[in-house]
Amino acid sequence: MYITLRDRPKAGEQAPPRSKQKVSSVVVTLGVVSLMTDISSEAVAAILPLYVTAALGLTTIAYGFIDGLMQGASALVRIAGGWAADRGDHPKWVAVAGYGLSMLTRAGLLVASGFAAITALVAVDRVGKGIRTAPRDAMITAASDPAHLGRSFGVHRTLDTIGAALGPLLAFIVLWAIPDGYTTVFVLSLGCAVIGFALLALLVPDTRPRRQAASKTAGAKPAGRPFSWRSVAEPRLRRLLVVSGVLGLLTIGDGFIYLALQSRDGFATQWFPLLYVGTNLAYLALAIPVGRLADRVGRARVLVLGHLALLAAYLCAGAATGVAGLTIAALVLLGVFYAATDGVLAALAGQLADTSVRAAAIGTAQTVVAVSRMISAAAFGFLWYGLGRGPAMLLMAAVLAVAVPACFVALRGLDAARVTTSGAA
Amino acid sequence: MIERKRRVTVFVLVVLVVVVAAGAYGWSEYSRSRDAQTTASDVDLAPADAPITGERIVFRSTAPGDLYGRVAAVAADDPGGPRSVAPVACDRIDTTGDQSVCLRTDRGIVTTFEAQLLDADWQVIQTWPLPGIPSRTRLSPDGSLIATTSFVTGHSYATTGFSTETVIHSAGGDDYGNIEEFTLLENGAEIAPVDRNMWGVTFVDDTTFYATTQSRALGHTWLVEGDLEARTLSVVRDGVECPSLSPDGSRIAFKKDVDDGSGVHWSIAVLDLASGEETVLDEERNVDDQVEWLDDDTLLYGLPRDDEPGVSDVWAVPAAGGAPKVLIPEAWSPAVVRS
Repeated sequence: MYITLRDRPKAGEQAPPRSKQKVSSVVVTLGVVSLMTDISSEAVAAILPLYVTAALGLTTIAYGFIDGLMQGASALVRIAGGWAADRGDHPKWVAVAGYGLSMLTRAGLLVASGFAAITALVAVDRVGKGIRTAPRDAMITAASDPAHLGRSFGVHRTLDTIGAALGPLLAFIVLWAIPDGYTTVFVLSLGCAVIGFALLALLVPDTRPRRQAASKTAGAKPAGRPFSWRSVAEPRLRRLLVVSGVLGLLTIGDGFIYLALQSRDGFATQWFPLLYVGTNLAYLALAIPVGRLADRVGRARVLVLGHLALLAAYLCAGAATGVAGLTIAALVLLGVFYAATDGVLAALAGQLADTSVRAAAIGTAQTVVAVSRMISAAAFGFLWYGLGRGPAMLLMAAVLAVAVPACFVALRGLDAARVTTSGAA
Repeated sequence: MIERKRRVTVFVLVVLVVVVAAGAYGWSEYSRSRDAQTTASDVDLAPADAPITGERIVFRSTAPGDLYGRVAAVAADDPGGPRSVAPVACDRIDTTGDQSVCLRTDRGIVTTFEAQLLDADWQVIQTWPLPGIPSRTRLSPDGSLIATTSFVTGHSYATTGFSTETVIHSAGGDDYGNIEEFTLLENGAEIAPVDRNMWGVTFVDDTTFYATTQSRALGHTWLVEGDLEARTLSVVRDGVECPSLSPDGSRIAFKKDVDDGSGVHWSIAVLDLASGEETVLDEERNVDDQVEWLDDDTLLYGLPRDDEPGVSDVWAVPAAGGAPKVLIPEAWSPAVVRS
């Protein structure tokens, strides 16, 4: 409890009393930065396979392979980004570096030719994403009233996901109007990245979470408590990391769910390239309400119970018959799952961590989730070919049905801590 | 406060510059593209009342202009000569002459992909959706079976990596499904690698075919012989991608990865099925295509031009060795009609 108390500005100290119900303008600005950046990256990602095959006349084999590798690299860079943000106590600078790096890769696409150059740029873009995520989430935490952290992340993730939905749309409209307009997509993508970067660099305040917290704690050194990995391994955070890892190991990834739906439903086949847009729509519609729910009933609770939506999605994907309704249900359930887990995890880690290690803690939690999900996807490959699609899905659902109650019990104390502190406010 | 005002001003300026610059670029590209699409393609056309028939090569024309992407045909004995252009556009095409299979991208606000079975007059007989970008397609010799391979790509931040989907349909409307679900046999015993990708079907007859099966986990890229009745795939040998059976049925042309390191460089090779002897042909460049046999002595394949995105040529190389040469300029996905 003392941990949350210390990093939380007294209610009304930072914001005028009336705006207690409002989300900080910093959060909204960071949300718009993410929106522009996601338009930029998703527009390119949506057409890259087409560009590589249609314009360059290559297969996407190596692309998919390198992509998988980079997902791993990106996950590890997150911890480093969080560490750098905490260490220097300038999360904004680290975020600027991450967004800037991704922006440079957009400019690079305009001059790149050939497959190697493009994959290298995609790789660097991933690194940029890895660097910026944890410091940005730490800034969201620092700018928010702790009692409404779930909602703040909900607002951010909604804006972020709107960008992710608009990006492919923009790209395909361009290609519709200009059949060979790949360069135009790259130019628009660069433009969106520049706007997002400028917004972050110019209009987001350079907050110093550690110094801020220190100035509120009498007797501490003016620079605040120094960074220490030991604080990241603090017992309650450790419990969150373990539970996230366990649940991550049971999260096989959207790709397999889409493939399973596609293997027996003509509707899912026809719309296969767009199934993730359906998931994104559900996610963006639900991120705020579910975030608010998490603030009210407990973030750990929502985080764990959100996996029941994943379980239901497995059941839809594992069902013997294929009808369009099941496909749509699975997409909505995946959206619920993301709404209940992505932003909520960051909120929970940010709430539990000491200010001095907040970005590193968020980054570590996200890395644990990302890495355990990758292991899960790899392992699920065995099940898929060993048992067949349906039984493999149902097996995952069964294991998840056991794991969710266990994880629920394991995290019980964490929400109690939050309720106490918000009660004190 | 003044500081903040200044920052807002700078930001607004950045947005203005970006919007104007990107808008101007987009508009100029749009006009260029409109001009390019309405400009007549610079190709020698066969007279409309005397279309090219008989022994011919059917392909996707990649000459820029109004005919870009359309299916075209040239006479087999005059491949550089005039071409007849069909009213359909395809990314990949295969044909028996009486019947064609066309894999196409349906562009729009939402872009989707589909396969069409077309009759001799290019009328659609059958359509089915594809889950991703078209890659390969082949008809069986009598046109009764159709194999299609497409890429199944995830989106950027949540992908399971590269995979392909290869399905076989019959012209009568039967669906043999994804051949990934067939039983995989090695020396008669079933094997079940954790990952497998299938692509590049080439038919022997109406039950037997060859294809590629890759397992990255096991590090193999096998040539497999498939049996549609038994629903089995039997491993023939390792290191063979995108097989293509010769007209006399004695050899298989394929892509062979000749890169020593971790990279990929595909050369064209020919495998003699009786002796198991492999010959790598004299094509130094990286070829990423399913080879087509012009006759028992010559192989055809597409190669993109380095300096012109979207434009490719169909090259020919002797199966017995010899230098490759351009056979059909501004063409892709050749399919030979023999009479």
